[in-house]
Amino acid sequence: MGHFIHHAIERIRQHRMLATTAFLLVFPFLMPYETLAINILIFGLYAVGFNLLFGYTGMLSFGHAAFLGVGSYLTGIAVVHAGWPWWAAIVVGVMSSCVAGVVIGYLAIRTRGIYFSMVTLALAQIVYFGFYKAERWTGGENGLRGVKVDVISLLGFRIDFLNPLSKYYVILVFVLLALWLVSRLLNSPFGAVIESIRENEKRAAACGYNVAQSKLLVFVLSAGICGLAGALRALHLSIVPIDSLHYLQSGQAVMMCLLGGMGTFLGPFVGAAVFLYLEDVVTNVTRYWMGVVGLVFMIFVLFFPKGVWGTTLDWIARWQRKYAGKEGL
Amino acid sequence: MSTSNPSSAVPILEVKGVSRRFGKFQALHNISTRFCAGELTAIIGPNGAGKSTFFNVISGGIPPSEGQVVFEGQSTDKLAQHDYARIGIAKSFQITNVFKHLSAHENVRVALQMLTTHYQLLKARSSYGELNDQADALLSRVGLTDSRRKLAGDLAHGQQRSLEVAMALACRPKLLLMDEPTAGMSPQETVIMMNLITELAAERTIILVEHKMKLVMGLCKRLLVLHHGELLAEGTPDDIRNNAEVKRVYLGQH
Repeated sequence: MGHFIHHAIERIRQHRMLATTAFLLVFPFLMPYETLAINILIFGLYAVGFNLLFGYTGMLSFGHAAFLGVGSYLTGIAVVHAGWPWWAAIVVGVMSSCVAGVVIGYLAIRTRGIYFSMVTLALAQIVYFGFYKAERWTGGENGLRGVKVDVISLLGFRIDFLNPLSKYYVILVFVLLALWLVSRLLNSPFGAVIESIRENEKRAAACGYNVAQSKLLVFVLSAGICGLAGALRALHLSIVPIDSLHYLQSGQAVMMCLLGGMGTFLGPFVGAAVFLYLEDVVTNVTRYWMGVVGLVFMIFVLFFPKGVWGTTLDWIARWQRKYAGKEGL
Repeated sequence: MSTSNPSSAVPILEVKGVSRRFGKFQALHNISTRFCAGELTAIIGPNGAGKSTFFNVISGGIPPSEGQVVFEGQSTDKLAQHDYARIGIAKSFQITNVFKHLSAHENVRVALQMLTTHYQLLKARSSYGELNDQADALLSRVGLTDSRRKLAGDLAHGQQRSLEVAMALACRPKLLLMDEPTAGMSPQETVIMMNLITELAAERTIILVEHKMKLVMGLCKRLLVLHHGELLAEGTPDDIRNNAEVKRVYLGQH
């Protein structure tokens, strides 16, 4: 039995995207209802995009709501005001987030540590107020309503986007594509460069890497992934609420990342799942769900700093080492 | 290649009238010298002599306030720090700078891939095949084969310094700059590092900064002595030993 588990774990490790896909295919049936599964997909992707910058490059942005929001709003605007098809709207949303990423990233990467966090926060707040004031386009305080997509035509199929389960699988296609991209990126030589920048900027530069350029590139990629999460969210909700751009949304990305385990590929996704599941369960019991989530968060930060996923991976690795030692593998 | 008369040999690095001020403090004052290809030169001087500032200026860490540094006939004025490795100047720092949470092997591999891959975002790490072998070869060169899987942060101090040398060598430098390569090392570690430097010097130009004068006397053919930010003397170890000024400000202290 131990032998079988040991090999299964090795296999999963080698084919993490395949394992993730298999799990996410059955995921909606494990959740109390499909909409929660969709939310987890979207916020999981958002947290994974954020983690690319935070966990892998060591840059703590407090303004990532800007990219989620810009992705959402521009997708919404493309559908509502321009009447564009859903797929073109997604492209517009992601591209806009990338552009926002170039601008904010260019201004922010000159700073480090807490200053970087503050600059990203401040710039994201400017974006928030910009969209808040542009009422004609964004609906201001009420959010942008009417992002209505009833039917999705994908690869020759007409899919009912109002059915939550089919909606889940449509969104899953995009999320898996993005996760695959992130997985490849982290496994690429560039992935090693950004990790080396996180570890020691000075040495990375002495090794011949243009630190500023690499940081900007990863910032924009991270913004693009978060933008895609935003675009999918707009289609999912049919409206774009103004809190998509609120700084609390930026804070949520940090919480999800830490809860799941920063610097691991799937940690942020797991963190998003735990966060949203807790939110869902606890709101049924008490109005003060944030208090309970906060408590869980504190317990993890204090006692399991590697997060749910990071700690699990550690346990698995420890068991494997023990098993391998016992079996003389 | 002559080492006794540097002016006739090919200079790889020329320092022309370099000064460096920090506010009102003059750390370096009008220093001019040249380093010849294939030579092992040590820069010595008591604490506060300006050795580290000089090292930082020639390695691109800080720009000079006046004067310029010329590498292979090209001014380094406009170069960013990351350009140095690409043109063939590598350095090891005074305070150990390694990627602590990566393994020793990964540290060297990251340094190695600079030459072959650049912004390849989707290429898999399976393409690392050759780089892995090269990284192992470099680790064996500095005597770290057994520790290749260990996290760099878990290595002993001396091993981390050796790892740094392996990383510096990864970009196949023509000029290797070392800032106090034996700082904080045990006597055994110091011997290992000194032997390594001697070996490496056979293949490339090395400039090292060191405050332990005895250590470099037997190692280098040429020495530069800094004092209060000025170039006090330069020459062979014998010249330096017999230099009255040097004796007064430096040797007299020991």
